[in-house]
Amino acid sequence: MSRSRTVILVRAAVLAGLVALLEVLCRVGIVDPMAVLPPSEMVGAMIDQLRSGELDESMVQTFSTIGLAFGVAVALGTLGGAVVHAVPRLRRAIDPLLASYYAVPTFIFYPLLVALLGLGKLPLVVLGVLSATPAVVISTLAGLDGVPPVLRKVARVQRLGRARTLWLVVLPAALPRLFGGFKLALSYALIGVIAGEFILSGSGLGYSISFAYQSFDSRAMYGAMLFVLLVAVGANTLLYVWEGRLARRRLRT
Amino acid sequence: MTGGVGDIAVMEEPHASLRGVVRRYGGAQPVHALGPVDLDLRRGEFFSVVGPSGCGKSTLLDVLSGLGRPTGGTVSFEGAELGGEVPDGVGVVFQEDASFPWLTVRDNVAFGLRRTGLDGRETARRVEHAIGFMGLGQFAAHYPAQLSGGMRQRVCIARTLVMQPRLILLDEPFGALDQQTRLLMGDELLRLWRETGATVLLITHALDEAAMLSDRVGVMSARPGRFIDLLETGWPRERDSRVVSDPAFGALTSRLWSSLRTESLKTMGRAA
Repeated sequence: MSRSRTVILVRAAVLAGLVALLEVLCRVGIVDPMAVLPPSEMVGAMIDQLRSGELDESMVQTFSTIGLAFGVAVALGTLGGAVVHAVPRLRRAIDPLLASYYAVPTFIFYPLLVALLGLGKLPLVVLGVLSATPAVVISTLAGLDGVPPVLRKVARVQRLGRARTLWLVVLPAALPRLFGGFKLALSYALIGVIAGEFILSGSGLGYSISFAYQSFDSRAMYGAMLFVLLVAVGANTLLYVWEGRLARRRLRT
Repeated sequence: MTGGVGDIAVMEEPHASLRGVVRRYGGAQPVHALGPVDLDLRRGEFFSVVGPSGCGKSTLLDVLSGLGRPTGGTVSFEGAELGGEVPDGVGVVFQEDASFPWLTVRDNVAFGLRRTGLDGRETARRVEHAIGFMGLGQFAAHYPAQLSGGMRQRVCIARTLVMQPRLILLDEPFGALDQQTRLLMGDELLRLWRETGATVLLITHALDEAAMLSDRVGVMSARPGRFIDLLETGWPRERDSRVVSDPAFGALTSRLWSSLRTESLKTMGRAA
């Protein structure tokens, strides 16, 4: 068995062990099943909710918001990173701000965003974009820094213009590092949007979890929580696999 | 011998030329890297440049290719003065691995050609020819990471070759390779030079490589680099790495070394 496969199996076994431990602790009463549902019941609750269709509307609402925030963050962050990289003075001014950006809890601006933009999708998208964009800018800067200067020289010898150099040489060369930023951006967009729904929104998965919590409906709460968790892990895994494919192509020997 | 126009200039119309070229770098510690340098490259010749480390060999290549602008003097190619861009007909092979890791060998080689408007069939024919010429036929679908350093350098040469350049500039392309591979790559370079009829300028720190491959070798002084000697090797056009066993080869490398020794010592003294 290959080393990487063994690592994956060990990782899965640790996770499965922890889940099994929680199941046992809940079943024997060491953990109060009223406070924490046994994992098997969480799965049951999630399946019931998915079957009944009660989460359908929330899913559409939340995932479309996350998708929109992620897309805008990737576009804005990549473009912004490229502009900042091209203007060293701007970079010197912005670098410290980027480095300390995540020390600021962006959620505190949500009431302000609602006041400015009203209730609905827009403030949530903005919140997701605010959470995710700096990660893309930072990874874009790192990616562009890592492009070997000789590749830019090749572009000049091939007499490519600036736009073609960026599109055909610089971005592909920087892509592995950009991907790291995209993965973070997806996580930050997800956290931003769901947390926003949790606090003030009247719809979406975050709101569903919050509503179930306030109604003491543990089954609904844990079912929705598990669903969000699985989707987040699934989406990240997809990006991880895609990133791995790109990396293997470049590094395979 | 100093770097005056008369030293290296030739009577026929030069293919490329440098006239009084000087390159200085500004900044906190300004550096006078090159010149004044005068050089005329004859059409279709194989010219090598040797010199001590840091003498401005790569700077010379930069200004000759159009990648860098000289601080003073003029650079021309086929009679036209360079204006800060690499002119059509000039190909450059660098010392570093400049293959694109996200493209296969075939796509690497076809990279420049696909943007010239050439029709697909002709593009494919030229790409396959260049791949075959550089002995990469079996590896056309491989990615650079799957190839050795020498083969990646061949990919870069094929990518240059496919554009049918009339002037090929090589900046220590075999610097990172072992001695045996370098000898063989030298043979391939000679084959390429003969087949294309291009003018070749090779920057190298290896005296034997310069003596073996070139029609003429220019020896540069320590920084700021100027030409201090010029050798005509007198090799026939049909030659390969076996010239290293010719008695004349020893005499050539010996003369190159005697020209370079003082300059190299200067560089070492400066480093110390």
